[in-house]
Amino acid sequence: MYSRYSMASAFCLLALAIVAGSSSGDDYTSARVALVDEIRQERHDLGTELGGTEFDARVLSAMAKVPRHEFVRDSLKSSAYDNRPLPIGSGQTISQPFIVALMTDLLQLQPTDRVLEIGTGSGYQAAILGELTSQVYTIEIIPELARESTERLKRLGYSQITTKIADGYFGWSEHAPFDAIMVTAAPTQIPPPLVAQLKPGGRLVIPVGSQFLTQYLLLVTKHPDGHITTREMLPVAFVPLTGGH
Amino acid sequence: MSPHPPSILLLAVGLVSAAALGYEILLMRLFSIIQWHHFAYMLISLALLGYGASGTFLTIFRGSLLPAFSKTFILSALLFGLSSVVCFLIAQEVPLNVLEILWSVREWGHLVVIYVVLAVPFFFAANCIGLTFQRYRECIGRVYAADLVGAGTGAIGIIALLFFAFPITALGVIGVLGIAAASLGYLATGPQPRWVATAWVLTVAILTTLIQSGGLTTHSGEYKELSQLLRVMGTHRLQQRSSPLGLLTVVRSPEIPLRYAPGLSLTSHAAVPEQLAVFTDGDGMSVINRYDGSPDAVAFLDDLPSALPYHLLSANPRVLVLGAGGGTDVLQALGHHADQVDAVELNPQLAHLVRRVYGDFAGHLYDDPRVHLHFADARGFVSASHSRYALIQLALLDGFNAGGAGLHALNENYLYTTEAIREYLSLLQPGGFVAITRWVRLPPRDGIKLFATAIAALEDLGITDPGRRLAWIRNWQVSTLLIKNGEFASEDIDRIRRFCAERSFDIAHVAGITREETNVYNVVSRPYFAEATTALLGPQREQFLRSYKFQVEPATDDRPYFFHFFRWPLLQEAWSLKGAGGLSLLDMGYPVLIATLIQALVLSTLLILVPLRNLGDSRDHDPDSRRRLHTGIYFSCIGLAFMFTEIIYLQKFTLYLAHPLYAIPVVLAGFLLFAGMGSRWAARISRRSARGRVILAAAALLLLSTLYLVLIPPWLHGTMHFPTAAKITLVLTCIAPIAICMGFMFPLGMARLTYGGEALLPWAFGLNGCSSVVAAILGALLSIHFGQTAVLLLAMVLYGVAARFVP
Repeated sequence: MYSRYSMASAFCLLALAIVAGSSSGDDYTSARVALVDEIRQERHDLGTELGGTEFDARVLSAMAKVPRHEFVRDSLKSSAYDNRPLPIGSGQTISQPFIVALMTDLLQLQPTDRVLEIGTGSGYQAAILGELTSQVYTIEIIPELARESTERLKRLGYSQITTKIADGYFGWSEHAPFDAIMVTAAPTQIPPPLVAQLKPGGRLVIPVGSQFLTQYLLLVTKHPDGHITTREMLPVAFVPLTGGH
Repeated sequence: MSPHPPSILLLAVGLVSAAALGYEILLMRLFSIIQWHHFAYMLISLALLGYGASGTFLTIFRGSLLPAFSKTFILSALLFGLSSVVCFLIAQEVPLNVLEILWSVREWGHLVVIYVVLAVPFFFAANCIGLTFQRYRECIGRVYAADLVGAGTGAIGIIALLFFAFPITALGVIGVLGIAAASLGYLATGPQPRWVATAWVLTVAILTTLIQSGGLTTHSGEYKELSQLLRVMGTHRLQQRSSPLGLLTVVRSPEIPLRYAPGLSLTSHAAVPEQLAVFTDGDGMSVINRYDGSPDAVAFLDDLPSALPYHLLSANPRVLVLGAGGGTDVLQALGHHADQVDAVELNPQLAHLVRRVYGDFAGHLYDDPRVHLHFADARGFVSASHSRYALIQLALLDGFNAGGAGLHALNENYLYTTEAIREYLSLLQPGGFVAITRWVRLPPRDGIKLFATAIAALEDLGITDPGRRLAWIRNWQVSTLLIKNGEFASEDIDRIRRFCAERSFDIAHVAGITREETNVYNVVSRPYFAEATTALLGPQREQFLRSYKFQVEPATDDRPYFFHFFRWPLLQEAWSLKGAGGLSLLDMGYPVLIATLIQALVLSTLLILVPLRNLGDSRDHDPDSRRRLHTGIYFSCIGLAFMFTEIIYLQKFTLYLAHPLYAIPVVLAGFLLFAGMGSRWAARISRRSARGRVILAAAALLLLSTLYLVLIPPWLHGTMHFPTAAKITLVLTCIAPIAICMGFMFPLGMARLTYGGEALLPWAFGLNGCSSVVAAILGALLSIHFGQTAVLLLAMVLYGVAARFVP
């Protein structure tokens, strides 16, 4: 029953997003809706492997609203709504939409949450976060990428997103603590200062793997008593071992 | 026209062969720098079909090419020299992104362009050789000998050259060799029309301009770790060193510290010191740590899973570090008050960087009186050592991304086999440990395969309860397996629990642990680790190994493919879940190998079938269909068998010689040079008695290989401790008789064709080339599935079949 309601509400939000997209004269609306439908279906097909079979309707709504084609090179605009990662120059990629949705979903954001993103890249993920909360802080280490994404986010009207060029390892202590932190660059280690800047009960998500193949997502949770656990979240359903183990 | 080739022409043939083989090896180096090495293998394997294309070309146009032999030879050599450089530069500019290959059809188009471009130099090189075979068909044995001896010299020469020159400089040398071969051809064949001289001058001018203008450069792949790091503000290259073992690049990042400490505990408060990054071929990052001798500088190393054995050992242990690299594990040992550290490193240039170039930065770590540095292959060092250690540490020797993408799937690796673990255990003091750290990949595969391999090794040693000698811990990033020379005592287990609890590490296995305890801090959705260890240590082992999603059966020296995890059902499942991250299940190396084999088979078949039509139309010397069938079977079989034999002996002797830099030139050159001698010998045999000699050679090969299969393993084992020079002599002694016999097969077959089957000569040459390419790929595939011994036996069967179908 719950599932049916959540699906219904997702469709309502999708419809709203379609209307909003149409009114802005966006030629990619139908492609975006098809993409959202695809990733919603992918999640559904995975069953309960990731805890539940549906994305938060607000996450899907954000995915349906943010114009991914604005975050890729002109030559790749026709592929902007393919459910796959794309190169964005400077040796960086814009993540696969399914992974973006999954990472965002895992943070369980509330509208008033304060979120930190490490690795702005094209700014696409920050824009998705910006659709869900009023306070997004994002740090990029590569100056040229940071400048491009700052300009792009400003042009698209994401005034609630604050950017800076810096080493994300130390987080952003002036705005800490954060309800949620998202690290979008595969790390060589989980920076302890980031964990320290999480509120008790806060969640941190990191992808593990290469640029084009996210192997799994790591969810770091700071429990109310302060102890830390990590939990792997496989994006893909892994058929269990066979043979009665 | 003289039926005997002038010596100077044979020298030119040898030079072309040397340059072509050198070019093949060099391309592996160059593409390892700009792409990833398994794709390098794919690109070059297929480019070698240029040999097959040449056979087709010569078959079709032999009528017009043979009368113009000298001009065609000179022009082909010139074009080989020019295209070897230009085609690489063009191929490098093709924007192939192998990481996108599973997502984008466009990348397949890029791959095809690279194949075609790289096939061009091999096509011209093969024209020189194939045409000489036809022109001097009465003396094929001599020509083939020059070809093989040249190729053997090329194998040694390019490795030697790479010690002194960067790969891109060596590319220029290959181009010059092509021109030199053309010049020799010119000298051998006398006066030529003016346009030939003009072509010579033009080629020299273009190559000189390219070299002098600085046009010869390599670009590291955009998504390689080195390129990624260099985009971070403030980073810059400090050094580049090149050798056949790889291109080392040292990078400093003064503004953004590197903080490279895989597996560092989330609870660690220790600071990671300043580090210099060292990349091999733009990937596989390791670090040199700033060390001032203070305990604080190395405190972070106690918060890594690999520090566990130091918490179990008594004070001042004697430690062996295999794969010392930038020195992190050596530093860890010194930080834990090791009495003596034997540090084994394969690449002397890397050790030189730590010891000399950045000696002050690294605190003269390798000059510490407690540290003894050894330049050797890790397995080779262990096999020859008689020392005893409290701890043998096997470091993380590969980068996460490379391991994560399954790039090592096709590599033979003799570090993680049952035989290797037995040898490590034999060097342990009572109560000592072998500690092996690996990256954690989920769903788990490396760790489980290692655990299974350790169990197999312990059982081989007669240990009935291996679970009591194993401890395995993990966090989100790495896992460390301990194998004890003895059983873990309860106080050991208490210490392991305490060590892990303090650092939020999980225990995957130790005697007496409950399933609930294995999944506390770093939670995985299923208790994979407990399920695997329980099954592997219990009666369900065989069932588990058969049914687990990945191939995790123990690796052995006969099937040393530790990183091969692929199973076919994964492909379908991963593809169907592509949109949901399913492709991450795939280890790329194996599917790439299969794709390469399919492409090679399709292209080879085309190259073999196309000239057959032409042969059918030919009116002069039209060979009958039976002759064609025999020719096809004979030359396919000897092409496959030659490569199978060469590949497997190369693998076996790599382990024995304990160093790829000795093994590749010694084995390749050994086979080629001795086969060349065999061919030279075969040249004296009349074509009438050729059939009998082929049968004799095949019988000798069968006998020798059977003898080797029985005698060589104990012989190699008993002489592992011999000096390298003695081992090389033994290897060459072993190769000589078998290679000489192999060298008989091709020229004798060709000699038979000069008896009414001249039209088939270039086709046979192309066929042999095509089957050699297929064999290189198929040999690797069969070795993965059935082991080296099986491939060697298959080679013998193929020689037997060839003897039955002498053309």
